[in-house]
Amino acid sequence: MENSFFQIQGVNKTFGGLIALDNVNLSVEQGTVHAIIGPNGAGKSTLLNCCIGKLKPDTGTVTFDGRNVIGKTAYEINQIGIARVFQTPEIFPELSLIKNVMIPAFAKRDGQFKINWFKSLIDEDAIYEEAVKILDDFGLKEQMRHHAGNMSRGDKRRLELAMSLIQHPKLLLLDEPTAGMARHDTNKTIETLKKIKKSGMTKIIIEHDMHVVFSLADKISVLAQGAIIAEGTPDEIKGNPVVQEAYLGGTEDA
Amino acid sequence: MDAIFIQLLNGLDKGGAYALIALGLTLTFGTLGVVNFAHGALFMLGAFCAVTMQKLLTISKTVKDTSITFFDAYKEQPYLEIWWGDTGTMIIDYSVPISILFAIPVMLMIGIIMERGLIRYFYRRTHAEQILVTFGLAIVIQEIVRHFYGANPIPTPAPDIVSGSAAIGSAIGLSDSVVYPWWRLIYFAFSMSIIGSVFAFLKYTTFGLVVRAGMADRDMVGLLGINIERRFTIVFGMASIVAGLAGVMYAPILPPDYHMGMDFLVLSFVVVVVGGMGSLEGAVLAGFLLGVLQSFAAMNEIKAILPGIDQIIIYLVAVVVLLTKPRGLMGRKGVFED
Amino acid sequence: MSPDKKILRLNNIWLTMLLFSLGVLTMPWWLEPIGAAYPDLLQKFAIFGIFAIGYNILFGLTGYLSFGHATFLGVGSYTAVWSFKLLSMNVLPAIVLSMLFAGFFAFLIGYVSLRRSGIYFSILTLAFAQMSYNLAYSVLTPITNGETGLQLSKQDPRIFDRLFFEAGEGLPSTTLFGLDMNGYQGFYFCAVLLIIAFFISLKIFNSPFGLSLRAIKSNQTRMSYTGYHTRPYLMAAFIISGMYAGLAGGLLAVTDPLAGAERMQWTASGEVVLMTILGGVGTLLGPLLGVGIIKYLENIFSSVNSQTLHEFFAFLPDSIVTLVVNFTGLFVGEGWHLTLGLLFMIIVIFLPGGLMQGFEKIKNRFTDKA
Repeated sequence: MENSFFQIQGVNKTFGGLIALDNVNLSVEQGTVHAIIGPNGAGKSTLLNCCIGKLKPDTGTVTFDGRNVIGKTAYEINQIGIARVFQTPEIFPELSLIKNVMIPAFAKRDGQFKINWFKSLIDEDAIYEEAVKILDDFGLKEQMRHHAGNMSRGDKRRLELAMSLIQHPKLLLLDEPTAGMARHDTNKTIETLKKIKKSGMTKIIIEHDMHVVFSLADKISVLAQGAIIAEGTPDEIKGNPVVQEAYLGGTEDA
Repeated sequence: MDAIFIQLLNGLDKGGAYALIALGLTLTFGTLGVVNFAHGALFMLGAFCAVTMQKLLTISKTVKDTSITFFDAYKEQPYLEIWWGDTGTMIIDYSVPISILFAIPVMLMIGIIMERGLIRYFYRRTHAEQILVTFGLAIVIQEIVRHFYGANPIPTPAPDIVSGSAAIGSAIGLSDSVVYPWWRLIYFAFSMSIIGSVFAFLKYTTFGLVVRAGMADRDMVGLLGINIERRFTIVFGMASIVAGLAGVMYAPILPPDYHMGMDFLVLSFVVVVVGGMGSLEGAVLAGFLLGVLQSFAAMNEIKAILPGIDQIIIYLVAVVVLLTKPRGLMGRKGVFED
Repeated sequence: MSPDKKILRLNNIWLTMLLFSLGVLTMPWWLEPIGAAYPDLLQKFAIFGIFAIGYNILFGLTGYLSFGHATFLGVGSYTAVWSFKLLSMNVLPAIVLSMLFAGFFAFLIGYVSLRRSGIYFSILTLAFAQMSYNLAYSVLTPITNGETGLQLSKQDPRIFDRLFFEAGEGLPSTTLFGLDMNGYQGFYFCAVLLIIAFFISLKIFNSPFGLSLRAIKSNQTRMSYTGYHTRPYLMAAFIISGMYAGLAGGLLAVTDPLAGAERMQWTASGEVVLMTILGGVGTLLGPLLGVGIIKYLENIFSSVNSQTLHEFFAFLPDSIVTLVVNFTGLFVGEGWHLTLGLLFMIIVIFLPGGLMQGFEKIKNRFTDKA
């Protein structure tokens, strides 16, 4: 079977008898935005965790760009070009925004380990400017010297997105990028995501908010009770009766 | 065979002390979420309860020594003997068991003062800060004790009747030469009964149920709502009493000095880690296990092969356990994994 | 103002270094008024300064609280004395070897301890410290000379020294190519090393490496998902701080060539923790401030006895003097450790960021009003 850019094949995962993932297959083409939707507890986050080394699936393979991902540690997976944005923002709360963004840039440039102790941060002009630019893109430049921990939740999420994007990952995994956000924040985030969409970066988005999904995704997979029950373009999914019944019917108007 | 049996016994009383201290440490970890480096000081204070009781009972007055008739001789005679004669002498002889009664309220008070006065302000601080502040407290307590009692160990004998050795060898069919100090056997039995009562308390009372629920799931404690603060205080008081009693009874085995708390604390922490942080059963099991291991390592036959092993065996075991079973022997997932 | 902002702005490292060096080298002059300008104490300031600066690289940047750093101090001292005994009374090989050996020990202990974090890490380092201390007292007596401590003797081979000159009468003293390493010369030697040590720490604090260490403290999970292999970073910080401790231990032996196991006790590790947090964890100058205060107070407090107290309180009415003297007597002389413990608690309770944070607060209050 030919391999796509990112491929999940026959992945199973159980937690002590509870089946979390049931023979999941998923292939994502380069340059597309692939959304995974499904009701709560469908196994969406578990699936992402299996892709980034946080969990190890019981069986199955995950390949990225022809390389096996399973069994690799979190930092190795990041180093081969997969970045992840978490559901609850994982940032460096005690550090300033600018440093939050510079840290991933160093990881991209220097690899997983390098004792770079003699050159001062202030002399790292290239990375500093890149960091300022990306903060500017996200509308965070004004606060760049503030502590990241004091920001609003929406700002934290956008900061985390900036931290991922400065690494120019080949694949970006987004776990509910708009969960818990106010409407206006959500729209802001959609705008940002649309902007990056143009750049041609491959993305997998897990999302609850149909508005977000239908405005961004090229392809949608529906996950229910650990199994993929439908897959297709946004229009196909909208019209799919199985999906309607399993999922959309109850939440569309929410 | 005899030697092995003796070492096993040797390990049990020391293990009993480790287990009791570790039990209290685990209780405080599990419910209050506090890493208490001053817990060893509570053990030491317990031992000094016994010392204090002995001193109080033997407050003396100088009287004429009537057994010497050639000239005027004087001796110190405790008031108790003067007032009550032989009964008084007997009371003095039993100063260590008597001081248990004295130690319970005293340790409870110390525990409550410590919790209300200091520890409670650290529930929401980082573990590092908890460690540091209780480390400071431990130094303060031990230096105060040194100021009043001096730096030298103070012999605190057990009652005369149990100061000899039990001929357990003949009792269980080993050679008659296997004898063992009564007091150490008593200590073992005592520690078992304290451990038993703590477990029974946790198992059969509503209060204990809440405490166990809290240890299983820290967030639960908060949700239960009903006067959690007071329960925390009581748990801390309980842990103090357990550590204190462990100390009182240990006084005849090891003459108390001001730094015994620190010595036992380090070991007890290792015990807790080996047992699995947050697991009461683990703490008890590891306490006895390490006590016995330590006394086996002290055997001459073993020291001949591995010199110095008795000094480091506990730490070695801790390192091996932590590397192979990071949560300790009986630790559960999610407990103190920052 | 956050420490971060300062670091990005601080582009004048050379000016900082110039001021720092001037400050250190003129210590004999500006410490004169408070009676702290004699060589013994000055040497202690410099040596423990190095110790605390190194400790701060680990604890201050990564937040890993080690209770085992006294071990490396002890290893450094033993190594230096052995170097004096076997090789030469010259201090250079002694301190180089001290650092290497301490670094090696730090590698071994760090390799195991850094597999865990949080309190587990603290307890593992504590266990190793206790283990080394026990071993130094018992089995390793041939190397450590047990309770007596390791000392120089006239029969020592000192192979390099013997190549050039005959053994003299009496015990030789430590030298730097003929320059005796006691008194003020000893202090200046330690001071130069302190300046170098400070420079390296300053560079680390301002570098991407230092930033990675801070980020590990802030959110280690994020670091892994950001592509950092965190353990080697922690390992590097642990070994560097271990080498600093080894250097400090070596210098203790340089200024006074003997080494004892009590230097390795975990209460000694506790002391360096206290010095670091008293001044301010994670700040550049804080640890040095802490060292200065503690060593100075130790010097004063432990020399006071009831006689001096009586003289000091002589102005009070007789009836109160005894009471006051008895009470204050608790905290001085032998009671110095009590004061230390109280200080420890007060700092952690009221000023967990140390004195540097205190200064910051006061400064902010003034600038707010202005």
